[in-house]
Amino acid sequence: MSVDLVNQIITGLLTGLVYSLLALGLSVIFGVVRVVNFAHGEMTALAMYGAWALSTYLDLDPLVGMPVVVVVMFAAGYLLQRGLVDSFVGKPEHMQFILMVSLAIIMVNSSLLGFGPDAHGIQVSYGFDTYEVGPLLIDKVRLLAAGASLAISLMLMAFFRLTLMGKAIRACADNLVGAKVIGLDVKRLYAVTFGIGTACVGAAGALLSMLIDVMPPTGPELTLLAFIIVIVGGLGSMTGALLGGMLIGVSEVLAGYFLMPSMKSMFSFAILILVLVLRPQGLLGAKR
Amino acid sequence: MKQRLALLALVAAFALAPLAAGPYLLSVLMLVLTMAYLGQAWNIMMGFAGQLSLGHSLYGGLGAYVAAALFVQFGIPGALGLVAAIAVAVAAGAVIGALGFRFGVKGVYFALLTIAFAEFTRVLFEHIPGLGGPGGLFLPVASRAGVDLLYLRGHPLMFYYLILAMTVGIFLLCRRLLESRLGFYWLAVREDQEAAAALGINVFRAKMWAVMLSAGLTAAGGVFFAFYYNTLFPTQAFGMDRSISIILAPIVGGLGTLFGPILGALILTPLGETITWGTEALGFNAAGLKQLFYGLALLGIVKFLPDGVWPWLRRRLGWDGDEDGSA
Amino acid sequence: MSESRSPIINRRGFVAAGAAGAVALGMGGSIGRARAAQPVKVGLLLPLSGSLAREGQSCKRGAEVTPALLADLGMPVQLMIADTETNIDTARTRAEKLIADGAQVLIGAFESAQTLAVAQVCEQRGVPLVINIAAAPNITEQGFKTVFRNFPTAPRLVGEGLSLMKDLFKASGVTPSKAVFMHNNDTFGSAMAGAVGKIFPTLDMPFAIAETISYDGAARDLAVEVGKAKATGADLLILVAHGEDSIKVIREMVKQRFEPKAIVSPGSPGMYEVQFYKTLGKYADYSMTNLPWINPKSKMSQALLAAFAKAYPDALFEMNVGYTFEAILIAADAAKRAGSPEPKALLEVLPATNITDHVMIGGAITFDAKGQNNNTRSATIQNFGGKPLVVLPAEAAEAKPVFPVPGWQQRG
Repeated sequence: MSVDLVNQIITGLLTGLVYSLLALGLSVIFGVVRVVNFAHGEMTALAMYGAWALSTYLDLDPLVGMPVVVVVMFAAGYLLQRGLVDSFVGKPEHMQFILMVSLAIIMVNSSLLGFGPDAHGIQVSYGFDTYEVGPLLIDKVRLLAAGASLAISLMLMAFFRLTLMGKAIRACADNLVGAKVIGLDVKRLYAVTFGIGTACVGAAGALLSMLIDVMPPTGPELTLLAFIIVIVGGLGSMTGALLGGMLIGVSEVLAGYFLMPSMKSMFSFAILILVLVLRPQGLLGAKR
Repeated sequence: MKQRLALLALVAAFALAPLAAGPYLLSVLMLVLTMAYLGQAWNIMMGFAGQLSLGHSLYGGLGAYVAAALFVQFGIPGALGLVAAIAVAVAAGAVIGALGFRFGVKGVYFALLTIAFAEFTRVLFEHIPGLGGPGGLFLPVASRAGVDLLYLRGHPLMFYYLILAMTVGIFLLCRRLLESRLGFYWLAVREDQEAAAALGINVFRAKMWAVMLSAGLTAAGGVFFAFYYNTLFPTQAFGMDRSISIILAPIVGGLGTLFGPILGALILTPLGETITWGTEALGFNAAGLKQLFYGLALLGIVKFLPDGVWPWLRRRLGWDGDEDGSA
Repeated sequence: MSESRSPIINRRGFVAAGAAGAVALGMGGSIGRARAAQPVKVGLLLPLSGSLAREGQSCKRGAEVTPALLADLGMPVQLMIADTETNIDTARTRAEKLIADGAQVLIGAFESAQTLAVAQVCEQRGVPLVINIAAAPNITEQGFKTVFRNFPTAPRLVGEGLSLMKDLFKASGVTPSKAVFMHNNDTFGSAMAGAVGKIFPTLDMPFAIAETISYDGAARDLAVEVGKAKATGADLLILVAHGEDSIKVIREMVKQRFEPKAIVSPGSPGMYEVQFYKTLGKYADYSMTNLPWINPKSKMSQALLAAFAKAYPDALFEMNVGYTFEAILIAADAAKRAGSPEPKALLEVLPATNITDHVMIGGAITFDAKGQNNNTRSATIQNFGGKPLVVLPAEAAEAKPVFPVPGWQQRG
C-alpha cells in the first residue's frame, strides 16, 4: 500500500470521527425520542455559524468556543422538544418528516437572511499546519477535531451508563410504559435527550467549522451523511455511530482513490442500500 | 353528491381558466395541476397502502430521462416514449418494493431506502455522458405552435389541457381503485399489516401493486415535465427537493383522501405566490424571506391540522356522510 | 422588491450618476447624451436564494448600480428584480409574472437550466431575453428568435482559457510539462470538462494532461481529490471550480504540500472571490483565472467600478457584476436605438446591436444569427495581495504575470 493511500486513509478516519459525533446526535434522538430528525444537518449548519460568529467577533478559537455553542444548542434543543416536537412524538413518520422539513426550510433561509449567501470559514493560526510522522503528513486541525470528537463521544457514553439521568433516559428508550409506571418524567427526559442530541450537533458543528466553510446549502448535505452513518452503524447504537463515521470516512476515501472522486457519495448510498436490505439493524445495532 | 358537484365545478373552472386568465396565472395553475397529479400518484403508495416513499423523484426522473433520451437520440415520439418510461419506472419500483418488502424494511427504514435509491441514481446519471451528465439533457424546442400530442410538442395551452386531463384521469383512477378489492386490501394493509395477512390478504402483492402503480403514474408526470421544460438535469430530476415537493400537497391536503392532493396543491402553490407578492408589496425584498414564511406556514399547517386540510374542511362543511366521505 | 421596481434614485445613485456623467461627456463616440426618453422596463431574473444565491446576489449588486449610470448616458432604465430561488418552476413563473407586470425585456438567469426555462417563456410571449450569464452552448442552438447572449459558451471559454496559458508560458519563458485537470462535476464544470476534452487536442498545447479528476462539489472535503492530483506529479493544476470548492482545493494543497508551478482556471468562478481571499490569506495569491474580465482601461468600466465601490465597499467587483451591467446596457441601448421600449421594437433592433464602448474586455458587442456574441474575450487575472489584477493580454494588463509561482512556504 502506498504512503499516499495510508495518508488518505488516516485523513478519512479523522474526518470520519467528526462525522461520528454528528451522527451520534441523530442516533440519540431517534433511539430515545423516536423522532427522525430530518433537520439534523441544518441544525449543524446553525452551530457552524455560531462557532464562526464567536471566532469572528469574540476571537474565540472554535475549540474554546465549542462549550458555548454546545450549551446554546442544548437549550435550543430542549426548548424545541418541549414547545414543538413533543406533540409529534409517536405520530407517523411522514408527519415528523414534514415538521422537520419545515424547520429545515426556516433554518436554511434564516441563515441566508442573517449571514448572506457567501461561505463563512474560520481561520485559526494553526489552520494550515501539518505534523510530519515519517513519510506521513497529518493535518493538525483534523487531528484536534477528531480527538475532541472522540473525547466527547466517550463522555456521552459514560453519561448514559453511569449517571442516574442517563440510566433513566435509557429506561425510557427500552421500555416506555415501564418508565412511566415507575414515575419517570418522560416529557422532561425526552427534552433533555433532544437537548443532548442537539448539543452533539453543536459540538460537531464547532469542530466542523474548522474543517469546512459553512453556507446556507451546507445543511441539507450533512443531513443525509448523518443518516448514512447512523444506519450503517445501527440506529440507536452509540458505538455503532462511532464505527459508522470512521467506516464512511474511509470508504469515501477508498472510493475517491480507486474510482472517480465525484462518484464517492454514490458508493456511500450503495452501502446504505446494502445495509438496509441485508442488515437493517446496522453493523452494531440490536436486532429489531 | 355535493362533493361530485364541487369536483365538477372545479374541473370546469380549470377548463375555462385559459379564457380569463393571463399567461402568468396559467403558469401558476399549471404548477398546481402538476403538483396535484404527482401528489395523487404518491398518495397511492403512502396514502392508500401506507408505504412511505421519500425518494419519489426517482420515478419521475427515470420517466423523464427515458422518454427524453428516446426522443433526442432516436427521434421516438414522446407518446411512445411514455410507454417505455412507465415500464422502466415500474421495474425500478418493483425492484425497490421487492427488496424492501421481502427483507422486511419498514417505516423509516423503508423511507431511507427510497431516498438512497433516488440519490444513488442521481449520482449515477451525473456519470452517464450519453445523457448529458450533469451538463443536462436538452430537448430541441422547435415547434411552439400547434398541437402534436404524438410528439408532445406544441403550444403551452396544449400542455395545460394535457396536465388537466392527466389530473382528472388520475383522480378517477384512484377513485375506482379505492372502490376495488385492491383498494380494500390496501386500506387493510395500511391499518394493520398482520391483521390483513391473517384475513388471507396477500400483503406482499398488495404492496407491490401500490408501489408499481405509483411509480408508473409518477413516471408519466416526469415525461410531461421533460417535454414541457425541455431540459433535464440529474440534480433537479432526482434531487431530494423534488421528492419533497411531490409529497407536500397530499400531506397538507389530507393523506389518503382523493381530494387531499388537489386541495394541497391549490393551497401550497398560491400560498408561495401570495407570500412573494405580499413581501414585495410590503417592501421587503430580502432573498429567503419568502421561503422563511413558507416554512412557517407549512409548520403551522402540520401543527394545527395534522390530518390535513381536507378532512378538517369536510367536517366543517358537514360533508362527512357524503358518498366520497370515506375517501 | 418595491424598492427595485422604481428606478434606483438614492444618494448613492446620484453620486454614481455624477461620476458616470463626467465620463459620458468625455466619451462622445457611440453613446452620447440624449434627451430623456421613456425608460425601458427591464425584468431581471436571478437566483437570489437557493443553492446559487451567492452568484445571483453578486449579479444583483451589479444590476443595482446600473440604472443611475445608464440614465446619465441618456438611457433610462427601470429595474424589476425577481428571485428564481434556483428552481426552474419558479424561474418560469417569475418570468411570466414579470411580463404580466409590464417588463419589456428580460435579463437572466445566471445558470443554463433556468435560462432555458425563461427563454421558452420569452419566445412564446415575443419578449426579448438578454442572457447575462449562462454557458451551455445548447441555449443558442434552439432557433430562438428572442434570445441574445452576451456571454461565451463553454467551448469558447475553454479555447480562450487554454490559449491564454500559452501566452503566459511565452511571456515568462517557462513551460510546464504535465498538467492535472480537476473539475467540479456540476452543470458548468461538466460542460467545461467536455469542452476541454474536445478542444485540448486541437490546440497543440505544450503540456499533456496526465489525469482528469472530477469531484463532487457537495463533497465536504477534497483531501483524496487533491492527494490524487499530487500523486500524478503534475507541475500545473488546471481547476474548474464552482466557487467555494476552490477554497477547499487550495487548503488541501497547502496541507498536503502540493506545489505545482501554477494553478490556473480556464474560466471558472472561485479564485477571484472575496471569500477566497478572506479564508486563504497569503495562500490565495498568485492563483490565476482566464476569464472574461472588466477592462480596467475603459472609461465606462472606471465609472462602473467607482459606482460599485461606493455602493458596496465590502463586495468585490467580479465578472457577474460586469456581465449583468452589460446585459442591461444592451437592453437600454436597443431601446434608445428603437426610440421605443416596446418588446417588438426592441426585437427589431437587437440583432443589429453594435456597442463598441462597454466594460468587458473584448470587441464590440454584436450578435450572430443565433443571437450569440462571438466577440467576448478572456483575460488572465492573477491574485496579488488579496486582489485580482489583469496580467494578460498585455494591452489591458495592470501587472506582470508571475510564473512559476512561489511555493506555499516561501510566502511572507
